[in-house]
Amino acid sequence: MTVKTLTINEQLISAHEEQTILEAAQDSGIHIPTLCHLEGVTDVGACRLCLVEVTGTQKLLPACVTKVAEDMEVCTNSKRLQQYRRMIIEMLFAEGNHICSVCVANGNCELQDLAIEMGMDHVRLDYQFPKRKVDASHDRFGIDHNRCVLCTRCVRVCDEIEGAHTWDMAGRGTNSHVITDLNQPWGTSQTCTSCGKCVNACPTGALFYQGSSVGEMKHDRAKLEFLVTAREKHQWLF
Amino acid sequence: MELTELLEIAQKERFLEKPVQIRCCVAAGCLSANSQAVKQHLEEAVTATGLDGQVQVSGVGCMRLCCQGPLVQVVDTQTEPKSLGTLYEKVTPDDASSIIAAINGEETTVQRGDLAHPFFTNQMPIVLENSGKVDPERIQSYIAAQGYQALYRVLREMTPNEVVNAITQSGLRGRGGAGYPTGLKWATVAKAKGERKFVICNADEGDPGAFMDRSVLESDPHRVLEGMAIAAYAVGAKQGYMYVRAEYPIAISRLQIAIRQAQHLGLLGSQIFESPFDFKIEIRIGAGAYVCGEETALMASIEGKRGTPHPRPPYPAESGLWGYPTLINNVETFANISPIIRKGADWFASIGTQKSKGTKVFALAGKIRNTGLIEVPMGTSLRQIVEEMGGGVPDGGSAKAVQTGGPSGGCIPESAFDTPVDYESLTNLGSMMGSGGMIVMDQNTNMVDVARFFMEFCMDESCGKCIPCRVGTVQLYRLLTKIRQGEASVADLELLEELCDMVKHTSLCGLGQSAPNPVFSTLRYFRDEYLKLIHVTTDGRR
Repeated sequence: MTVKTLTINEQLISAHEEQTILEAAQDSGIHIPTLCHLEGVTDVGACRLCLVEVTGTQKLLPACVTKVAEDMEVCTNSKRLQQYRRMIIEMLFAEGNHICSVCVANGNCELQDLAIEMGMDHVRLDYQFPKRKVDASHDRFGIDHNRCVLCTRCVRVCDEIEGAHTWDMAGRGTNSHVITDLNQPWGTSQTCTSCGKCVNACPTGALFYQGSSVGEMKHDRAKLEFLVTAREKHQWLF
Repeated sequence: MELTELLEIAQKERFLEKPVQIRCCVAAGCLSANSQAVKQHLEEAVTATGLDGQVQVSGVGCMRLCCQGPLVQVVDTQTEPKSLGTLYEKVTPDDASSIIAAINGEETTVQRGDLAHPFFTNQMPIVLENSGKVDPERIQSYIAAQGYQALYRVLREMTPNEVVNAITQSGLRGRGGAGYPTGLKWATVAKAKGERKFVICNADEGDPGAFMDRSVLESDPHRVLEGMAIAAYAVGAKQGYMYVRAEYPIAISRLQIAIRQAQHLGLLGSQIFESPFDFKIEIRIGAGAYVCGEETALMASIEGKRGTPHPRPPYPAESGLWGYPTLINNVETFANISPIIRKGADWFASIGTQKSKGTKVFALAGKIRNTGLIEVPMGTSLRQIVEEMGGGVPDGGSAKAVQTGGPSGGCIPESAFDTPVDYESLTNLGSMMGSGGMIVMDQNTNMVDVARFFMEFCMDESCGKCIPCRVGTVQLYRLLTKIRQGEASVADLELLEELCDMVKHTSLCGLGQSAPNPVFSTLRYFRDEYLKLIHVTTDGRR
């Protein structure tokens, strides 16, 4: 395998011929923000956060699908790129219904992390407040479309890793959304293996485990009685 | 099939021609204005008057002046000197007997068109050379007009490399809008290594107000098939796909007929013209998504997947349909191929401007007297097109701007009408050649409305894959609406420009990258119209 040398942010690095700019940067400890990228599944170049400037071309190139080349000069963090990235995150917040304080992923959310990274302290765009649905028909998982950023990581992980292809996309433009099977409730899906890979692939709180969301906490008062009975009467009655 | 057989078919077709030809337009525009009934009544009238032996009624393709349809042209081939014949406009079925009577020298009150008008005389038909003359549903009619002779020459007398060189020398550039050199594209696919290769014809014309490709397919489908076959030979493909949008049922039906006829005569299929070359064409029908005109989305759609684009590179020439090298050209590009082979690359290169060769077909629409299809040499000025050929704005109005390039293009103001129409000039004006839609706007048109209309179109047609296009078009549409309603501030206008810049530079495919163009161009030439609508607060602040 041939090795290429290139410059990223004026730092000289080496990379394997087949590597993308993103992989080469990550190997060299250079951070490029991503959202739709998930290691292990095919890249689609859809979120546009990893766009970088490459000397010699007018176009901004997505680092996740652009291969390295000899003597390539890459800039990953120009002021212009930072402004574009901030706008992308603002767009996502304006597009969905993202209310961190009542979200299952609060504190463990890639969208939240990106907003902090981009310094997005407010949204200049019109909130779209879309009417979106929640599907809690599956006995172990749920999907809240309000929090979906349409990165399609669930679609790809289900298709390429699990091999089930339960998830896919429907609708177009601002009406596009993920569906299970042929737009049937998740709980009735014939193809879902309930493996949970999609839940783990989701960058936000759109896909979650049943029982983990705000307001789903249930008290098991009978447990106290069970323990007391067990201790005092040595009876283990369920 | 040998050349002699081909020439025999042509000869027989010409021998059977009757002295007087009545051509009745059966392309979409005239058909929807009842031309089928007109044709039927004409046939009946011919029989009733016993003129069967001398008069022939045939259905032909687009006669260009669509606003005056249904159009009927009567040509007497025996008159000397040769005349263009008589053009009848807005013909009703009841006019049939009167038109037949006029052949016998009687007076008729049916509205006549002026074939000496610049609308017709300034045209230079190359792509449309058979349009309005041949019967699109009879291959014999196309063969009589030198059809498939170029394919014969290519297969029997030229190497694939020579064909690529001829197209390169002609200077032909892609007619889908971007203007990529066709010869270079063919050469790249020809050089690409692959077990299989494909040729695709992009007939997913979707720009509002554009109907060039539709007319070509409805009027002269064989020309496009012949161009595809020549391309396939040049690049080494054996399979072709014609991707047509479902909204064009007449084009689809005529293509189906044309493919069947060509296969029947051995002009498509195995061992074409007794050569080792095999080529089949299949039709794929689009399901109504504008984005499927983008080549990577189009190929995904042919593969049976969701029609969304993917990042390039890899380009289709390297990795296209099912990962194989693929040549993808527009309808009008393929329609130019056969004349280039027949008449020579130098002939083609002598037409047009230095960097844009040949002609371009435009669909002239909007606030203009002569709505229809025109084919003019590259370099013709917009003023010639709008004022001379189009006859200017009706009802004493004045032209304010011309919109070219559809949702990806822009508005060119009247002050720039003297610009010659070619790829570079239009791009420099902030618009683009595009596929050929040309919409004329008069003084009553509000340019913010125009920008808002096209943004709404892009918003509805965005596939939703990448964020800047999916959300950006919605946000831009909302901002334009706010401005139009007089509720926007200067800050909103600044945000509009910032968003436009961001959507243009970060979107995944051409749809998103060009979606802000109508806003950019109207801001560039008609900024005062935006400023006039900016809300002024009670203390005079904007």
